[in-house]
This record gives sequence, structure tokens and C-alpha cells, in this order.
Amino acid sequence: MTTDNRLIKMIQTFGNFIEPTPSQEYLIIGFSPSSIPLKQRWRNNGLSADFLADYLTTFYPGNQDDSSALTRQAEIKSAVSYIANELLENAMKFNDENSHYPIDIKLQLEKDGLIFSVANSISPPSVDKFQTYIQKLLACDPSEMYIDQLEKNAADDNCSGSGLGLLTMLNDYSAKMGWKFEIVQKDPEVIAVTTMVQLTV
Amino acid sequence: MEIKTEQYRICYDRETATVSFSGSLRLSGPEEYQPIAQLLADVADGETRKITLNLQQLEFLNSSGISMLSKFIIEVRKKVGVQISVQGSQSIAWQAKSLKNLQRLMPALILELV
Repeated sequence: MTTDNRLIKMIQTFGNFIEPTPSQEYLIIGFSPSSIPLKQRWRNNGLSADFLADYLTTFYPGNQDDSSALTRQAEIKSAVSYIANELLENAMKFNDENSHYPIDIKLQLEKDGLIFSVANSISPPSVDKFQTYIQKLLACDPSEMYIDQLEKNAADDNCSGSGLGLLTMLNDYSAKMGWKFEIVQKDPEVIAVTTMVQLTV
Repeated sequence: MEIKTEQYRICYDRETATVSFSGSLRLSGPEEYQPIAQLLADVADGETRKITLNLQQLEFLNSSGISMLSKFIIEVRKKVGVQISVQGSQSIAWQAKSLKNLQRLMPALILELV
């Protein structure tokens, strides 16, 4: 029995969440959140992000004679590394520690871009707050909200997180974002959230 | 003043009033960034005219790091007469995308991307 009275639909989506068409070019990395402590596991965020980025460069070859192709490759590599790292950091930090639901990151190649999707469990009491934040993100001018958040962080000595990861993706990388919330287990309740980032390359 | 690990190095050159960052910074949040924030705060306390942040060798910075740097800029903004200059690299993609936001926080900040 859940402790709050809200009615959760089995599946709720926000923003640009699409069920991607089956792809033949993708990577999925899975993590078991309870297997080792977060602090120990943290280094794998960077390793995974950099691996995904490096792996991707095969599909966006740079030509030694064409500096613009090399620059494009470097930009894509850097963007993938940054976005994947932020998504993994968020998933690791906000994962429901009472659940054994795995975290996974999927990177899928599309004709005109890339789709990242990261899934993790999220504690049921924090769903409302997160959904409210998502709605704020979708309604805002990312450029304004970004600066507002920076000013807010600077004024708050006790701020425990930057709240900036998603904003930088929207503001600096012009990413399209979407979310799916799903009840994956009823008793005890486990809610999974999938964060999707679409990047045009 | 210097902070050095296998992944990154931050050091302060008093003569040129420059704090140089190199490597890759992916710390988990404000608590882990505190020693670096403290180094920057100590530099700002000691400098009365100009501080330069040299990020040209900083290959990677996560959003918690961007937040920390921004917080530092906002603190210096309050000090009358202290100028900040940020040196970055055009060839490091995150810098080309994200450093201009520092200028939005402090319009008088000098940003050079070489």
C-alpha cells in the first residue's frame, strides 16, 4: 500500500519522449546500483561516457585533410561525453536506494542524430517534486532559467546539488528532452524514470 | 597553492595572479568541490586587482564544476575593482559552448578563447 494518495497512472510521459524505432546501431550499458558503494562506482560514469563518445567517433569520421570534419567529430565526441556523463551522474545520485532496479544507459544512432536514454528507479515520494521540476523546465526559457539557477546556487550556502545538469543540456547543447515514469512493481512500489535526450548532429 | 590528483591539477601562480586548471573534473557535488572552491576563495581574498583563470588544459568539466566556477565568479563580482579574466581553448568543445555563460553572470569578465 502506498503512503500517499496521488493517483499514478502506470505510465506518464513529459516533453519529447518518443518510443524510438528499432535501431541496428546502439549500445546499452547496465549498472547494478547496490553492488558497490556510489563513491567507488563514481569513476565509471566518466569511463562509460568517454567510451560511448570515443565509440561514436567511428560513425563520424574525421578526415585529416578536412579540418571542418575533424572539428565536427571533436564536437560530437565532446557533446556525447558531457551528456552521457551528466545523465549517469543524475541516475546514480537520484536512484532509489531501496530498490535493486538496475540503471542503464542506451545510446542509439539515428539518421540525423543520437538518442540517449537513461533509466533508473526513483523513490516514490520524490516523484511529485521531480515532475514539478520537469514541467518548469519544459515551460521555461532555458537561457533565463540557467542563469537564475546559477545565481540561486551562489546565494545558497547549503545547496546540495547544482540542479544544472539538465539545464546545461538544454541551454548549451540544444538538446530535446523527454521523460517517462512507469510503475514497474507494485508491492513494494518501484517507480522507474527514463530520461531521454535527443541530439541533432 | 596547489591541488593535484591523478585526474586533475589546480595551481595558483601568485606572480601572474593566475589559477590554472588541467585534466578532467567530474566531482560529485559541492561537497567534493569544496577544496577547490576554497582555493579560489583564498586567491580572491588575497588579490585586489586582477585574477586570471586559465582553463586551456581543462579537458572536461561536469555541471557541478560549472556551478562551482559560476559561484566563484558571482562572489568576485561583489568585490569592487577586482577584474576577472578567463582563458579558454576554442578546440575544447565544452568551453566553446559553456564559458560564455560566465560572461552573462559578470559582463565585465574578459573571456579569451584561443
